[in-house]
Amino acid sequence: MSEIIRWTAAELGAKLAAGEVSSVEATQAHLDRIAAVDDDVHAFLHVNEHALDAAAEVDRRRAEGEQLGELAGVPLAIKDVLVTTDQPSTSGSRILEGYRSPFDATVVARARAAGLVGIGKTNMDEFAMGSSTEFSAYGATHNPWDLDRIPGGSGGGSAAAVAAFEAPIALGSDTGGSIRQPAHVTGTVGIKPTYGGVSRYGAIALASSLDQVGPVSRTVLDAGLLHDVIGGHDPKDSTSLPDAWPSFAAAAREGATGQVLKGLKVGVVKELPDSGFQAGVAASFHAALTLMEAQGAEIVEISAPHFEYGVAAYYLILPAEASSNLAKFDSVRFGLRVTPDGGGTVEDVMSLTREVGFGPEVKRRIILGTYALSAGYYDAYYGSAQKVRTLIQQDFDAAFAQVDVIATPSAPTTAFKLGEKIGDPLQMYLNDLTTIPANLAGVPGISIPSGLAEEDGLPVGIQFLAPAREDARLYRVGAALETLLVDAWGGPLLDRAPVLGGTR
Amino acid sequence: MSAVKLMDYDKALELFEPVLGFEVHVELNTETKMFSDAPNPANERNHDAEPNTLIAPVDLGLPGSLPVVNETAVRSSISLGLALGCSIAESCRFARKNYFYPDLGKNYQISQYDEPIAFEGSVEVELEDGTLVTIPIERAHMEEDAGKLTHLGGATGRIQGAEYSLVDYNRAGVPLVEIVTKPIFGAEHRAPEIAKAYVATIRDIVRGLGISEARLERGNLRCDANVSLRPRGQEKLGTRTETKNVNSMRSVERAVRYEIQRQAAILADGGTITQETRHWHEDTGTTSPGRPKSDADDYRYFPEPDLLPVQPARELVEALRAELPEQPVARRRRLKADWGFGDIEFQGVVNAGLLDEVEATIAAGTTPDAARKWWTGEISRIANAEERDAASLISPENVAALQKLVDAGTLTDKLARQVLEGVIAGEGAPQEVVDARGLAVVSDDGALIAAIDEALAAQPDVLAKIQDGKVQAAGAVIGAVMKAMKGQADAARVRELILERAAQ
Repeated sequence: MSEIIRWTAAELGAKLAAGEVSSVEATQAHLDRIAAVDDDVHAFLHVNEHALDAAAEVDRRRAEGEQLGELAGVPLAIKDVLVTTDQPSTSGSRILEGYRSPFDATVVARARAAGLVGIGKTNMDEFAMGSSTEFSAYGATHNPWDLDRIPGGSGGGSAAAVAAFEAPIALGSDTGGSIRQPAHVTGTVGIKPTYGGVSRYGAIALASSLDQVGPVSRTVLDAGLLHDVIGGHDPKDSTSLPDAWPSFAAAAREGATGQVLKGLKVGVVKELPDSGFQAGVAASFHAALTLMEAQGAEIVEISAPHFEYGVAAYYLILPAEASSNLAKFDSVRFGLRVTPDGGGTVEDVMSLTREVGFGPEVKRRIILGTYALSAGYYDAYYGSAQKVRTLIQQDFDAAFAQVDVIATPSAPTTAFKLGEKIGDPLQMYLNDLTTIPANLAGVPGISIPSGLAEEDGLPVGIQFLAPAREDARLYRVGAALETLLVDAWGGPLLDRAPVLGGTR
Repeated sequence: MSAVKLMDYDKALELFEPVLGFEVHVELNTETKMFSDAPNPANERNHDAEPNTLIAPVDLGLPGSLPVVNETAVRSSISLGLALGCSIAESCRFARKNYFYPDLGKNYQISQYDEPIAFEGSVEVELEDGTLVTIPIERAHMEEDAGKLTHLGGATGRIQGAEYSLVDYNRAGVPLVEIVTKPIFGAEHRAPEIAKAYVATIRDIVRGLGISEARLERGNLRCDANVSLRPRGQEKLGTRTETKNVNSMRSVERAVRYEIQRQAAILADGGTITQETRHWHEDTGTTSPGRPKSDADDYRYFPEPDLLPVQPARELVEALRAELPEQPVARRRRLKADWGFGDIEFQGVVNAGLLDEVEATIAAGTTPDAARKWWTGEISRIANAEERDAASLISPENVAALQKLVDAGTLTDKLARQVLEGVIAGEGAPQEVVDARGLAVVSDDGALIAAIDEALAAQPDVLAKIQDGKVQAAGAVIGAVMKAMKGQADAARVRELILERAAQ
């Protein structure tokens, strides 16, 4: 195994800049790694056949003396929810098999412009609906820590790719935890930015008011570097914030010095008692808090009385918006078309295409959402859910009047077994208990590895939440804790992951 | 189809009170579409584009595409709302209207639901005899148009019986303002006339604002006419029908009249009116049932999460108010006075829908009388004969140029009519037609004298009478000379010359 793939994006970027390695070499190393392990992991739906060309182009530009960004020449895995002109984009669905977008998602275009090399498209639950990637139409992704376990979802592919050293960094999308929960179960880092902080243009919409694109990485600094590339106002996304943002990489570097923990007020939610979490998850969470406290952080109990309604509200708002967003997949203009034997009307064709092209979870949520928006039910369901949303926002406002960040475990359990919860949607939905409130309120959240659960030796993540627009605070706090933990562990958590490579 | 029974119109009005309501869709002529940067086919310069050439990703509902509000369209909508005497919302949202149809790329239409940009207004319309009627306006809201379906393989060009349909998405996303009236009571026997005058007024308003090409035959202005009847003395409103897409003012008038007669016949027979949309057939002057429509049609409206609320600055609203052109009724009063027309002359121009043309012709340099005579005379005669719109035959500038040739003595009235035909036939500007057809009055006395001498020589008895002082005998010679000159001579000059020659 080439050591190149063990480097963080920041390290690789520095070596590329110093001429110690070329982008073609780095890209080839990752392609080789994908070839070696992805039959087992199945993080990728598509490996970019143009990756080496793109890498060569970056090398050429560098050779010509062009000033390139810190990540120029670094391979990037892209969640298949993001449309790309040079690779197919399926959002994990049969209905978009082989679909080629005539335009790049803004984040993809920005990454391309910054010289990042798109190495492939990563697996995901169909249309980002799921917490395990088991709902991908193209087969589940396997957790590099234990190939029989889920890598989280919906962005299990991006998290697994990074955890398995198939890519140093990746793009994800987070509607209710799809970046953070996979980070939690794979021992990686994931950030859901403030709603509007990163353009949604070219992200195949699940729930427009909740979706947010963000970075997936092995270190907080790498996430910050990628966030700096993809973030900022985009006139093509009306919900994109016009704000000028600070450098998140700079915030991560500042945080790594550890000073930021002194006097930091960390809120712990009273309504999320330990009893709701796997013992090893709760233990890891408290150990991390103790470590922070030792550095001068103050742990404050806060109340967020409406968090408990978050999952219920989320599973009305999300399906409602999704039922409308997914209506465009009708076979008329693009994507799969299935015609009944002997022909049929356009309605017959639309209906059969959607019957064949959508998987069970997508159908479940379309039906749920259609019902929730129906005349006579709108107020009781969608309307009430929006009220809960407002109440959760108020909970956050009240909490952030007292504390700088809120900390929670990133998910209730460590990675569960593939197939364990697929027949029980409600159990699956409860996985997003701690991540959903951030999406409902539009605030940013980060998950970083906090350790391994004692009982199963699987990774656990800690989540920090900050007020809207305060993403930089998360990078500072995340990097500070990361530094403490890595020092305590004597190296990155992923060093303890089993060795992959053809022996399963 | 069984023969439809119609009740005599006067009888229908004796038994029932008609209640009207209108929904007029105005296509705005902005450069680009409502939510994309594709060129707008409702703008004059793009109207004859090839199918599916004026499209952007969002018009096709491509995955990842997002709408962005066209600010010019918002301003146009505010101006229109103000011209309709409406209040302008301080904040209003777009909403999704969800339904599957192949001409709708996203399978939802972005419209406005419970928060229209303009509401509660009224507009004064003037009937042919100068009577003013106030039409109450409920709301005007912004939305996008759908694409256009062409049904092929059937005999009728309608969807029934067609083998397949082609979709043109050029029109998808064209900015629309839908103006909805409140129920209009008290129209009585003038209901059809009011319908026509209302549509004409809306057309005049949007033309005056310059926000729409306002050509009914192109669908820039589309009227849905709601008609219901209630028995005299009954409080409760009757069941209404909605006759869709009536695309000429004459048709609006006829459609309302037809629906009154049709509904009256059904009600008088003890039948009930089906609440439905109906299609207007220009050729037969009848309506036929479309799809049944109930108030329970469930479009699952919800606020469009891809767009922020529109919050027009009060300064902008006031600036647009200050820029409003004169109201049509006020403008007509002013023009009538300026031109010095009597009631009959002026209403002739108004009723022919030629106010703009006459005004522009006068502006181009003719007297009001000359402009009026051309437009309501010869041009209207040709328009009626050819079943075309008078305004589409010739430009006001060319009419003025034609009149100048008459005034200069280059053309007689009779020659001018021939030149007009040439201009209408596309032979060029009046002077070009004169040159090409050699139609100018012969003002060369030499040529006239030669013809006169010949005519006098041929009629020695007439010459003798003239020489006897019976000058009226010259008429016979004039006729012969005009014939010899193929009409291209000024009769008065011919007469002068005959008297001169006879005296010699």
